[in-house]
Amino acid sequence: MARKLSVTALVLLVLVAVALPADAQKGPIKIGFLAPVTGGAAQVGKDMVNGLMMWLEEHGNQIAGRKVEVIVEDTQGQPNIALTKVAKLVESDKVHVLAGGLFAHVGYALAPRVDQLGVPMLYPVMAADDLTQRKPTKWVVRNGWTSSQPNHPFGEYVAKTLGYKKVVTVAIDYSFGWEQVGGFQKTFEENGGQIVQKLWPPLGTTDFAPYLSQIKRDADAVFALMVAQSALRFPRQYQDAGLKARLPLLGGGTTFDEFVLPSLGDEALGAYSALMYSAALDTPINKKFVETYRKKYGKVPSYYSEVCYTTGRWINDAARAVGGDVENRESFLAALRKVEVPDAPRGPVKLDAHGNPVQNIYIRKVEKKGGELWNTVIHTYPAVGQFWKYKPEEFLKQPVYDRNYPPCKAC
Amino acid sequence: MSGEFFIGQIFNGVSYAALLFLLAGGLSLIFGMMRIVNMTHGSYYLLGGYVALTVMWRGAPFVVAIVAAAIVIALIGIAEWNAFLKRLSGQELGQVLTTMGFALIFQDLGLVIWGGDPHTIRLPETLSGSWVVGELYFPVYRVFIVGVAIAVSLTLWLVLEKTRLGAMMRATVDDPEMARGVGINVFRISMGVFALGAMLASIAGVVAGGFVGVYPGADFEILPYAFVVVIVGGMGSLKGALVGSLMVGLLDNFGKALFPELSYFTLFAPMALILAVRPTGLFGRA
Repeated sequence: MARKLSVTALVLLVLVAVALPADAQKGPIKIGFLAPVTGGAAQVGKDMVNGLMMWLEEHGNQIAGRKVEVIVEDTQGQPNIALTKVAKLVESDKVHVLAGGLFAHVGYALAPRVDQLGVPMLYPVMAADDLTQRKPTKWVVRNGWTSSQPNHPFGEYVAKTLGYKKVVTVAIDYSFGWEQVGGFQKTFEENGGQIVQKLWPPLGTTDFAPYLSQIKRDADAVFALMVAQSALRFPRQYQDAGLKARLPLLGGGTTFDEFVLPSLGDEALGAYSALMYSAALDTPINKKFVETYRKKYGKVPSYYSEVCYTTGRWINDAARAVGGDVENRESFLAALRKVEVPDAPRGPVKLDAHGNPVQNIYIRKVEKKGGELWNTVIHTYPAVGQFWKYKPEEFLKQPVYDRNYPPCKAC
Repeated sequence: MSGEFFIGQIFNGVSYAALLFLLAGGLSLIFGMMRIVNMTHGSYYLLGGYVALTVMWRGAPFVVAIVAAAIVIALIGIAEWNAFLKRLSGQELGQVLTTMGFALIFQDLGLVIWGGDPHTIRLPETLSGSWVVGELYFPVYRVFIVGVAIAVSLTLWLVLEKTRLGAMMRATVDDPEMARGVGINVFRISMGVFALGAMLASIAGVVAGGFVGVYPGADFEILPYAFVVVIVGGMGSLKGALVGSLMVGLLDNFGKALFPELSYFTLFAPMALILAVRPTGLFGRA
């Protein structure tokens, strides 16, 4: 009997000994990545996936000493599909951290679901303002930007430096478009400019002719906010309608982003826009990033590539801070919020008290160099936060930017 | 609202209508002749664009690309009709399901072969740019689309009304049994019409590729518009397809320009009204 017991004990001991190190290693860190890899926004989706993969490959597919497994799910840019996929990633793939996503309205739709699932999710791209303003969420960590962030300085720049007085806006009709136009309008009008007309083509508009023919011809310039496939079509149609020769084109950063620049021709030349990244950024870190990316994927990285590349590093830094223990979600989440990246390709990045990155905003102009289009950086606003020069408490008293806020007094 | 604005919008509406006509004309013919509600029509449109792209990537000019797309898609149409639809003659539900199935297969096939990226068909120099008349700009390409639509509708009209072949086709529509009785090969005529419809859809796809691009999902995006045109104009009537396209093109444009918040309403409310008054559409026969 005693002998039998000791054998059982021995077997148990061996089992425990075998099980323990396995438990300590815990298998790979699983990253669930959402991106639209098919459909109209497929090029953007590819840039996003490539950015993350490039960081991981550069670092031996390891984070904090653990192997990394990335599971990419296609959202097709649709909120309903994103909601299904995010649940799949958490419940059936058991990922430790989520990242990615495209379109601000998808961001708003996902946030409550992510809070329910209780898994940290990084938003490198989805810029919905209110998620770090009036509707903060627990589990979403924004390491990208707010829609209005680059346009606060841009509105001031257009009014003061470019000296335009009357501007017409043409923006895609959803939260990202409203917030981009809102931010631009606020500072542009505070610096003496006037928005004289706002046009809102729906997301997925293919033919802009009905909007282009309405543009008031006595304006000084047109601010166009395009995303995904609409950025492919708008500049050409703008030129064909005879507008480029009369009204200079300004844009949100995504309108002239590097994901679309190689597909555009001279119709984009001379356009101004603002964003926290440009592939033409003249720093050693960025030059190396652009060169490596280009060698690997045969094209210049876009802002989408950069933010997702930096997302790889973000997850790494947080995982290392908790000693690789990403299973402890609460402490991992806290670590994700503490990450500071002093030398990302786009420049230094750290989160403000409300959880949105403070980063450089670059004013860019589309120019041709060596037969290619580039967003030449012509001015840098260092360390811009989501509230610009306003006090957060004051800023948060105004409603979130939308179609009718700020109201268009000169329309 | 200036006169310029109206002329500009009318031009935009008409050029969009021209595109819709190319697509819906074929759909309407197929239905009129064979009573087939062809859900694959959107796929022909998309595949046409892809075939043209592939040919152009190999260095062929735009015109060759249009011809290549038309031939390839017509052959696909013939194959689909011969292998499947021919056997289902008279079984409406079976036909709808078969064509729907093909639409889904073609959608995935497109994704497998050409990937998920959106593409634009590069236009030849002669078709880019704009014509300037006073204060108005007319993009050359849109004028070209209108030209293609006019040429196609004239040809169709001439063939249907003035030739022996057209007479046989009309006879087949009116009374297939009698047509067969006087020695018309109804099957061959039907196959020809199906191929013609597919061909027209593919031409629409190539033409559309020049200004809205070729991308996954374009097939099911355009199909409802084609159906609205055919339903408003009346199934099976070429004249109906023409008038329907003009109505949809103009309503869509003016709706978006004048009442952007109501743009779907301004498109679909008149359709509901027309169907309430004339359930068979403007030019349709029961």
